[in-house]
Amino acid sequence: MTVSRFYSPQSIAEATAILRQQSGCQVLAGGTDLLVQMRNGVKQPEYIVDIKEIPGIRDVTLTNQGLTLGAAAPAQSVTERPDIAAAYPGLVEAIDMIGSTQIQGRCSVGGNLCNASPAADTVPALIAVGAVCHVVGGEGVRQVRVEDFNTGPGENCLKRDELLISLFIPRPGVGSADAYLRFTPRTEMDIAVVGAGVSLSLDPMGTVSAARVAIGAAAPTALLVEEAAAAIIGTTLEESALAALAAAAGAAASPISDKRGSAGYRTKVVGVMARRAAQIACDRAQQRQRRAH
Amino acid sequence: MRDAVTNRFKVIGTRSVRPDGIEKVTGQANYGADYSLPGMLWAKVLRSPHAHARITSIDLSAALAMPGVHAAITSDVFPDLKAGMEDSGEGEVDFHDLSCNVMARDKVLYHGHAVAAVAATSERIAEQALAAIKVDYEVLPHVVDIGVAMAADAPVLHQDMFTVGLAEPAAAPSNIASRSEISQGDLAAGFAQADIIVERSYRIPTAHQGYIEPHACVVSVNQDGQVDIWASSQGHFMVRDYTSKVLGVAVGSIKVTPAEIGGGFGGKTTVYLEPVAAALSARSGRPVKMVMTREEVFRATGPAAAGIVNVRIGARDDGKLTAMDSEVILDAGAYKGSPAATGARCMYAPYNCDNRRTVALDVVTNTAKTAAYRAPGAPQAHLGVECVLNEIADSLDIDPIDLRLLNAVDEGDRAFFGAKYRAIGLKQTLEAAKAHPNYHRPLANGQGRGVAVGFWFNFGLQSSATINVHEGGTVAVITGNPDIGGSRASMALMAAEALGVPLETIKPHIADTESVGYNDLTGGSRTTFASGWAVINAAEKIVESCRQRAAALWEVDVETVSWADGAAVCAGHDPLTLAQLAAKADVTGGPLTASASLNAKGAGPGFAVSLCDVSVDRDTGKVDIISFTALQDVGKAIHPGYVEGQMEGGAVQGIGWALNEEYIFDSQGRLENPGFLDYRMPVASDLPMIDTVIIECPNPGHPYGVRGVGEPPICAPMPAVTTAVNHAIGAHLTTLPLTPERVLAALDSL
Amino acid sequence: MAIHVTTSINAEPVEFLCEADDTLVHVLRDTLNLTGTKEGCSTGDCGACTIVLDGRLACSCLVLGVEAEGKSIETIEGVATPGALHAVQQSLLDHAGLQCGICTPGIVVAARALLERNADPSEEEVRYWLAGNLCRCTGYDKIIRAVLAAAQDLREAAS
Repeated sequence: MTVSRFYSPQSIAEATAILRQQSGCQVLAGGTDLLVQMRNGVKQPEYIVDIKEIPGIRDVTLTNQGLTLGAAAPAQSVTERPDIAAAYPGLVEAIDMIGSTQIQGRCSVGGNLCNASPAADTVPALIAVGAVCHVVGGEGVRQVRVEDFNTGPGENCLKRDELLISLFIPRPGVGSADAYLRFTPRTEMDIAVVGAGVSLSLDPMGTVSAARVAIGAAAPTALLVEEAAAAIIGTTLEESALAALAAAAGAAASPISDKRGSAGYRTKVVGVMARRAAQIACDRAQQRQRRAH
Repeated sequence: MRDAVTNRFKVIGTRSVRPDGIEKVTGQANYGADYSLPGMLWAKVLRSPHAHARITSIDLSAALAMPGVHAAITSDVFPDLKAGMEDSGEGEVDFHDLSCNVMARDKVLYHGHAVAAVAATSERIAEQALAAIKVDYEVLPHVVDIGVAMAADAPVLHQDMFTVGLAEPAAAPSNIASRSEISQGDLAAGFAQADIIVERSYRIPTAHQGYIEPHACVVSVNQDGQVDIWASSQGHFMVRDYTSKVLGVAVGSIKVTPAEIGGGFGGKTTVYLEPVAAALSARSGRPVKMVMTREEVFRATGPAAAGIVNVRIGARDDGKLTAMDSEVILDAGAYKGSPAATGARCMYAPYNCDNRRTVALDVVTNTAKTAAYRAPGAPQAHLGVECVLNEIADSLDIDPIDLRLLNAVDEGDRAFFGAKYRAIGLKQTLEAAKAHPNYHRPLANGQGRGVAVGFWFNFGLQSSATINVHEGGTVAVITGNPDIGGSRASMALMAAEALGVPLETIKPHIADTESVGYNDLTGGSRTTFASGWAVINAAEKIVESCRQRAAALWEVDVETVSWADGAAVCAGHDPLTLAQLAAKADVTGGPLTASASLNAKGAGPGFAVSLCDVSVDRDTGKVDIISFTALQDVGKAIHPGYVEGQMEGGAVQGIGWALNEEYIFDSQGRLENPGFLDYRMPVASDLPMIDTVIIECPNPGHPYGVRGVGEPPICAPMPAVTTAVNHAIGAHLTTLPLTPERVLAALDSL
Repeated sequence: MAIHVTTSINAEPVEFLCEADDTLVHVLRDTLNLTGTKEGCSTGDCGACTIVLDGRLACSCLVLGVEAEGKSIETIEGVATPGALHAVQQSLLDHAGLQCGICTPGIVVAARALLERNADPSEEEVRYWLAGNLCRCTGYDKIIRAVLAAAQDLREAAS
């Protein structure tokens, strides 16, 4: 490790200016991925740009419109909020799965996304709930859907002088809910072998009227699987619908075989996670409907 | 003896607060990496990027030229030691191999093998200097799997290794270092008597001890050649002796001060860093500190041996065993010396059977030289025998504990490994398991139960202790075994008991190699047994001296003076307490001190039983431990809290090895998971509470009935978990770990 | 080039110099001689280096020394008062909740943080909270019992 300079910009403009002026910059938020990557030589930045002192970038705001997560907000500042867990139980479960309590105090949802690991827990959950990235760069501001943000393992769509500032997640309706499940050999401290996030909406009759299904660790990036959603839209999640959902999730998967699991195992289990997550999301949506009455 | 032992204690058996506890909960305790010296350099090791290669050249010049670099070495600085086994106090060691493992000569034999080292003014500069060392390698074919390593066409690691122990001398070198066989009775006749024969082959992966403290030391070598070492290890006398061999320096020139040890489990029973740091210190004239990274710990220290265990057992319809035949093949890593023969001697130890044989094969591979891990060799070997016994019990519809009770050894039986058992608690432990509520909990669908027995001989060996009584009556108890899991508490309890004084007056210490008599290392569960015995003997000498001093003060015959409740007592005189006698030490013969040393015999064998319930997710293959019960005959629990701790910790290590822990190598022989993220040791949320049952069948070979406690707990969990999973899914999995993927594949193939 | 950092450690003002990529655990242990914080893995997987940074737990191996600028750090050295151990420390001693002790400083810091947030945690909550603190000796059993008992002690002391 030979980092020659550490920047702590106090504004977005200052940050993007540094990024624009210098090559070899690495943005630092919680650092829980970056410091490991620097230690094992995967990343060898010349400059570190710590964005945590930018005003507002660690803010977490829930309104009637939705949830805004500052890109560097520590996971714990989200998971400790019962109001957010009530509105987005699946997303909060996914956030809670990143590392240990110690990691939770540092790591951020924005960092989890930008790190672009195919196995990142929050990414399928964010895709499922329709999260949108707010990106600022030298050339201005743009919005990117989370499913379009990452372009490959360790690669995202940010240009050199762009920063992810925040994520916005619209508030779910009365008959809507989300769920995220991952599979790991241990209960904690593991990287997902596969993961699946589902959000769905029920009509007053209990039929699925809308759904989004996303899978993780099953392809170079987390995937929005429209065929899986289509398999349950218009159903009441009867067994055949769940089976079709699982099959669609498995069919969309193109995983690698590595030390954490074979491609065959991942393909099989991603369907299991997807159907279980769908069932949980459905149960939650039903509860919300009952509570609303 | 039994009643006398169990009833007579005042402080032994209480759950006192450990004497070294405050330092450890406040962060004041100094472990290996916590020592620093003025002017100290940091050293780092350059390690092989290849699993097997010939070193054609090493050029240190660029590294040595870097500002801040004070010394750089290769194995050239160490004497080329003669090959051959030498007695090292605890087992035999080939110091040629040990030296080559500390730093490679000619060939590197595993990815991570030390090649060179640099000392510099900072860790950062030392790391940068490593990158400046030029090493040329001629890469050779490698083999990391023992099954493949035994094949005739396998790459041979050592051209001078010819299998020892064959009927005919080996004609060609091979990776099989040795073959040993023990047989009794007539196997063919035994199998002929059997109504049922079960035969299985088990695979056990390489597992690491997983201690949280990486290896670390600080070494300072003076101009006069005096070597001072501060290091974390399981035996500072071992560090002294091994470093002396590797450096070619007299033992008398080396002093080792033990740091607190942050876990070892057998993995800190040899040296990796200390000779390197000493050589660098001698060349730089500065103290040198070395601390391994976690990756180095995984790649380059000794894990537990991978194994193949083939077992064939025959039994009559009533469950009586008629024949047992097994082959235990264990992976030594890069240099010979796996515990295959040791494991083979343990696996039959719990049972009587007239006709049996074990064959043990010690095999080398292009992986790090293995080291001890709790009851070395026994967990691997027990896996095979215990799982097959459970399968026989299932087939015969006999309760698996009843099957074991029917065949269990007891006092007077001759053990498979030769000795005749004195009092042992195997049957009591099995009966306790059978009576335990956890054994009768109804199992739900998808759940399964497994039971297994584990055995370890326990060790005695050499120990020394010194007791100094201070003015005021406080007592320093000085021993020489690193306290790895609370042994200071045991020493204090035994000293207080023997002296009859309050526990609070005892202060136990672990002294350096110059300040207490020789001690073999902390291992084989010998410390509480043997060092505790030395403490008892030293305390009894103090008592004897006190009686003599009191008799002199009272002007009575010493035979009329007895010792009770920490005081000399004689009719017609007020008792003289230890404190009073210590205050008069100057007029009764000088300081009140005593030392005792012994080579302890009579270590009582230890037996343990594990009961395990699991539940299996049939869609993912994930196994959850829902109940685990560890039962063990411990002889006498000196401190029941730390005895339970050994049982619980061993249980969880066994669970981890059974379910998730393994070394994963890539096609180039590189370890793919050298970190705690992907070497998956159990975390707190993976586990239920571990229920423990202490059985006390006092060891007649120890004054307080002590048996070693630390090894048997890891012997039985692997077969108990494996059997529970097999029962839950109705399969016969034989390859560990029982990863979700393996379990799901088994479910899919049913 | 070394960077000058001003911070607070255990309520004491502290200044130090470090390189841009020095980790906080390195600064604590090797620069400031606060060796109570242990380094077991350097990748955030073992929890031995647990500290509190501005009120939140962190692995000090995953924090840069320069990030301490203007922050408040609490380490194991600040947990006990001169006269008394914290309830978690005492409970670990009373329940034989440590064997080798290398994970203990991290466990103490993490468990104290739990009990400050949740006075009456369930066994499961304690297990999940401490999932990032590896212990290889104890099998966790006595650690969990000790933390639950410490919680009870603190509740009784508060009532």
